[in-house]
Amino acid sequence: MAQLKKILAGSFAVMMAATMMAGCGDSDSSSSAGTDTNSNGGSTSTDGKDSKKVYNIYCWNDEFKSRFETYYEPVKDTALWEGVEVNWVINTNKDNVYQTKLDEALKTQATDDMKIDLFLAEADYIVKYTDSDASADVKGVIGLTDDDLKNQYKYTQDAATVNGVLKGVSWQATPGLFLYNTTYAEKVLGTSDPDKVQEQLSDWTKFEEVAAKMKEQGIAMVSGFDDTYRCFSNNVSAPWVTDNKITIDPQISAWVEQTKSWTDKGYNHKTSLWDENWTADQKIDSNTFGYFFSTWGIPFTLLGNTLATSTDDGGKAEVGNGGYGLWKACLGPQSYFWGGTWLIACATSDNNEITKDIMLKMTCNTDVMAKITDEQQDYTNNKEAIKKLIDGGYKNEFLGGQDHLSLLTEAAEKVDLTNKICAYDQGCNEKFQGAMKQYFLGNATYDEALATFKTEITQLYANLSMD
Amino acid sequence: MKKKSISYAKWGYIFLIPFFVVYIIFALVPLVQTFYYSFMDRYVDTGAISIFNPTGNVVDNGFCGLKNFKDVLIGENAQFTQAFVNTIIIWLVGFIPQIVFSLLLAVWFTDIRLKLKAQGFFKTVIYLPNVIMASAISLLFYSLFTKGGALDTLLNSGGDMSLLDQVWGARGIVGFINFMMWYGNTTILLMAAIMGIDTSLYESAQIDGANPTQTFWRITIPLIKPILAYVLITSMIGGLQMFDVPSFIGSDMGSPSGKLKTIVMIIQTGKDSAIGQVGAISVLIFIISAILGFLTLKVMNDEPGKKKKKKPAKSR
Repeated sequence: MAQLKKILAGSFAVMMAATMMAGCGDSDSSSSAGTDTNSNGGSTSTDGKDSKKVYNIYCWNDEFKSRFETYYEPVKDTALWEGVEVNWVINTNKDNVYQTKLDEALKTQATDDMKIDLFLAEADYIVKYTDSDASADVKGVIGLTDDDLKNQYKYTQDAATVNGVLKGVSWQATPGLFLYNTTYAEKVLGTSDPDKVQEQLSDWTKFEEVAAKMKEQGIAMVSGFDDTYRCFSNNVSAPWVTDNKITIDPQISAWVEQTKSWTDKGYNHKTSLWDENWTADQKIDSNTFGYFFSTWGIPFTLLGNTLATSTDDGGKAEVGNGGYGLWKACLGPQSYFWGGTWLIACATSDNNEITKDIMLKMTCNTDVMAKITDEQQDYTNNKEAIKKLIDGGYKNEFLGGQDHLSLLTEAAEKVDLTNKICAYDQGCNEKFQGAMKQYFLGNATYDEALATFKTEITQLYANLSMD
Repeated sequence: MKKKSISYAKWGYIFLIPFFVVYIIFALVPLVQTFYYSFMDRYVDTGAISIFNPTGNVVDNGFCGLKNFKDVLIGENAQFTQAFVNTIIIWLVGFIPQIVFSLLLAVWFTDIRLKLKAQGFFKTVIYLPNVIMASAISLLFYSLFTKGGALDTLLNSGGDMSLLDQVWGARGIVGFINFMMWYGNTTILLMAAIMGIDTSLYESAQIDGANPTQTFWRITIPLIKPILAYVLITSMIGGLQMFDVPSFIGSDMGSPSGKLKTIVMIIQTGKDSAIGQVGAISVLIFIISAILGFLTLKVMNDEPGKKKKKKPAKSR
């Protein structure tokens, strides 16, 4: 009996220990599918596989994933991809989660067997990765030539160039436009023709006059506080941070001043970027006149949000479904850019040939680029492709048949990122907008809001200081 | 002593090994490390990254004494005091209704004369909110009360500011969520305490003509005091670590105006960069929680101990 008890007790102990270990080992086995998959930082999930056989891509949403699957997969160099599978590691951009996870993974790359091959970076923090040994030289190491890159907008290359070395390439250029609701334009301005609307919106004084007219009809000029932010923040004279010191640029102060006065006058609906009401305001009958959007804003935000029956519920993206075809674009009061995604090859990657193939086909290939712009309304980073489309009589059905590519081309030429971006932009922008919201709402004075920003930002980036 | 018997004691230790291994790796080592970091002037520049020099962005100025504690308590950008006050206020907003409701329900469920029907059903129902994830409930409330949300439209009818943008509205909602999640748990704890009271005490009190209010204040409350203290202090320690609900309702900045920013939310903001300061804040929470923990032990041991003090030889 005693013997039996011993055996039983012993086997229970073993079982407990075993379950514990199993619990540890299994936790990170699912990171290839789904939109919000969390991989745990240190090692990527495909334990035991040959790193050359796995192509690891880090990104923050499925924008690139869907582009990759739709436009790259059909034209990929199948010989290179023989037996190689893609592993997507997707973490949300919000609250620096993506950067934190990516950084943890990068730090172990020198010794880790599973190599990251490609990662994505946004304009708000691209400097951090290009000004680092984590990124590979696109020309020297990956092997793209100047001839391959000749059709790209120069600013997209400048943004990714550090000390004369190109470290990243982008498939999209992101000049900004003002997208407006044609119904309200007819009602208040008497016309919805882009040229005539642009005339009335060509600078901030005129823009504000229109806002006052809209207000009389119960229409808000913009949805929320942050809509106009990029117009100002992309025209600053110096980046947020220089020599570890944070400065509030006069342009940023101008945004605060204007937004406060607009809020008090009722020119907006007091929403914040990306929140539910901001999204709801994109319906065609929501009493909101327009949105400042860059090229990705149409396919990824406005198009989906303005449909009366969403595509998830079986609605089609066609005229007659909500706001489809009832929006138009103009240049707006101030030129700006917003966002942009760059592909960066990881310096320790063991799949550089594949990276080269992806970069060539997704950022340089005129045919692929033209196809993306034509089908996805994304403004691709290829002058020749865009020109071809415009010459071919391009019409955007979503914008009521307007050729907005000519506008974007005009805007893209004006984009200049020199001395405007730094590695801390994402945190600074998010925290500043968050802090100022309380000022706009009347919960805090400007000084109180600024003090909140200061404590938050110095906590988030402890190496920075602010006067 | 006289006879050799089979000792099963070693099996006890063997069963405990997994716990101790996990505890040492995942709790004790980080704890000691946190104390260590709280005395170091150390931070990370998260705006830089390097593969071949992974620690190149860490700035380590070595031992700095109590500088971190000074910075978080009285420094120029000190947040601890405000966050501590916020935490306590939000906790109170939830705890006061929680204890009142729980006491009332516990007394009703255990009342010998009331004999409520379908008790099992009610006990399950009031415990249910605790089973749902805090983040799920928070998101639900957020979408109900955010501008344009269902309840916001009902209350404001398109009016100016949603409850979430008002300090007391937001605090109230967070408090309510905490109340809703925890009153069932507290009720069950208090019921267990009340059922431990000898029913003959109530019967004799009733025979003597005591009304329910009198039995409640004179019998129930004094006899469940240790459990009440336990509930109070565990809830306070839990409250000090409040994070998910306020951060969902008020974003990572504790909107409106940082009045929802709790202590743990500061830690979450700075954990990747301000290592020394965040360590100091963690140590402060640890100290406060430890004091509260000792208080519980003292209160719980004191009560029965008073009578037994004459015979100190046998404590248990």
